[in-house]
Amino acid sequence: MESTYKKKSQIADVWSRFKRNKMALAGLIVLVVMIILAIFADVIADFETEVIRQNIPNRLQTPCAQHWFGTDEFGRDIFARIVHGTRISLQVGVISVGIALIVGGFLGAIAGFYGGAIDNVIMRIMDVFLAVPGMLLAIAIVAALGSSMTNLMVAVGISSMPSYARILRASVLSVKDMEFVEASRAIGAKNMTIIMSHIIPNSLAPVIVQSTLGVAGAILATAALSFIGLGIQPPNPEWGAMLSSGRAFMRDHPHVVLFPGLSIMLTILVLNMIGDGLRDALDPRLK
Amino acid sequence: MDNIQVSVENLVVEYKTEHGNVQAVNGVNIQVKKGKTLGIVGETGAGKTTTALAVLRLIPNPPGIVKSGKIIVDGEDISGKSEFEMNKIRGGIVSMIFQDPMTSLNPVLTVGDQIAESIGIHQGLSRKEAMKKAEEMLEMVGIPGYRSGEYPHQFSGGMKQRVGIAIALSCNPQLLIADEPTTALDVTIQAQVLQLMKSLRDQYGTSMIMITHDLGIVAEVCDDVAIMYGGRIIEQGTLEDIFKKTKHPYTEGLFNSLPNLANRTEKLKPIRGLMPDPARLPSGCVFHPRCLYAQEICQSRVPQRTDFSDTHMVCCLAYEEGTNIEVKGGGRIV
Repeated sequence: MESTYKKKSQIADVWSRFKRNKMALAGLIVLVVMIILAIFADVIADFETEVIRQNIPNRLQTPCAQHWFGTDEFGRDIFARIVHGTRISLQVGVISVGIALIVGGFLGAIAGFYGGAIDNVIMRIMDVFLAVPGMLLAIAIVAALGSSMTNLMVAVGISSMPSYARILRASVLSVKDMEFVEASRAIGAKNMTIIMSHIIPNSLAPVIVQSTLGVAGAILATAALSFIGLGIQPPNPEWGAMLSSGRAFMRDHPHVVLFPGLSIMLTILVLNMIGDGLRDALDPRLK
Repeated sequence: MDNIQVSVENLVVEYKTEHGNVQAVNGVNIQVKKGKTLGIVGETGAGKTTTALAVLRLIPNPPGIVKSGKIIVDGEDISGKSEFEMNKIRGGIVSMIFQDPMTSLNPVLTVGDQIAESIGIHQGLSRKEAMKKAEEMLEMVGIPGYRSGEYPHQFSGGMKQRVGIAIALSCNPQLLIADEPTTALDVTIQAQVLQLMKSLRDQYGTSMIMITHDLGIVAEVCDDVAIMYGGRIIEQGTLEDIFKKTKHPYTEGLFNSLPNLANRTEKLKPIRGLMPDPARLPSGCVFHPRCLYAQEICQSRVPQRTDFSDTHMVCCLAYEEGTNIEVKGGGRIV
């Protein structure tokens, strides 16, 4: 009873600190709305009839009561496509950053903690990844594995992995010589326990900020891959793909690119606001 | 030998640096008797902490290496033990209190979690039970148990050090190493923390190594005293031997550096000079450049141990055959 109470109180603690940051709270509300839209996308707009079926006579209509965000070059409702695109974009953004964060972060933490030969081997491999431009690496991976959503997420994740490894390694290096690490060694804690419960929680702050920015980067990377035909395949709606296909009509019909662009921007802004709030809330010293 | 908790025999520790090897500890012998407290006294850099870390086999490697020496904890030589076995000793049989409570607690974990960590490792209790025990430990060091869910920054310095004591004592260790536990605290809190350590030590019969540079603390807490200088023990004895029958000029200098309470206007008489660079220790007696009584022979001949009684030994040429050095020595009031 006591321990469950305690566990809850810690989460409640973080939540109460998070709540106090109005910007972060606003960001969270917007994100929740977007997630709800993504979940109920089929209720809002039918995939077959509204999202992918072309309706040429209706093409490039400006926003009106029937088509809130107007229609694109094939007469499809942009609002419906954006709502369905939320599913793909959020998923790709979060999962690919998750892959990068877990794999890269873990490797970076190990490298920083053990140092010496292990550090050298891991970080030189990361350097090899860094030496290849991220986009080229992602293209290569998708081209090798075939274009599917899973491969896309893996490709984007792996290509952004080295930066997480570097960031976590750097902050682990600064944390590992602190006295409390020595203190936990002196009570007989194993290396893995020390890494997991003492070092990583203390070196997470820069990574949290990086990963919220990273989600935005991953969405953009997906968009770029979609644009060259290696990402989400048409006619599936994806914000980046919509943006790039609407590019040709930008001059006369700006709404075609405006709304997908705004969606990407809003998502990134919201994630950054949440990331900032989260970083502060997770640090009990900033109470 | 039965009543010896820990013995360190002829310990030599070297740190490898760019400027050559530094002998941080050079042939140290200490013994801690069961239930007794040994004070290790010396200036910064004398090798006190290195000696203590060697007992837990926690000397950072690289750059530190234990060149030779035998460390026997609870009747067993620890040099051949695996890391797995060492982890059972660390915190379970021998635990340590660190110098600076501000940095020795993890800022992002609650104090309860940090006490429970040690309990969880050594006693295999569930999280719930460990948390309960952690609260009991907090009560024992005089902090209300309900504060176990709070973070280190919500505690004052003295309370943090008490949390450190609670962590160290949570698994009833047989030996407690206190590395200048009160250096970072102000005098009134020092007294509280020392009092607490003394009462807990007496309650549990724990042996203790008290590392300090404060002779006042030694007088209050310790049974035996070892004075370290330049990686060597230069005088060792019971509290009475050291305080009343001071032999070594360095020990004498330490006492002279204390303010005289009877005559408050009297000037302090500090030991002249500075601790030598451990990479370039002087030849002969390491203390000779600062010694008031040093003669020519001190520069070339290394002093050997001279025993005055079963308990009292000193390393100074003045007490060896064939030298003609006059040391005032003299006693202090404990």
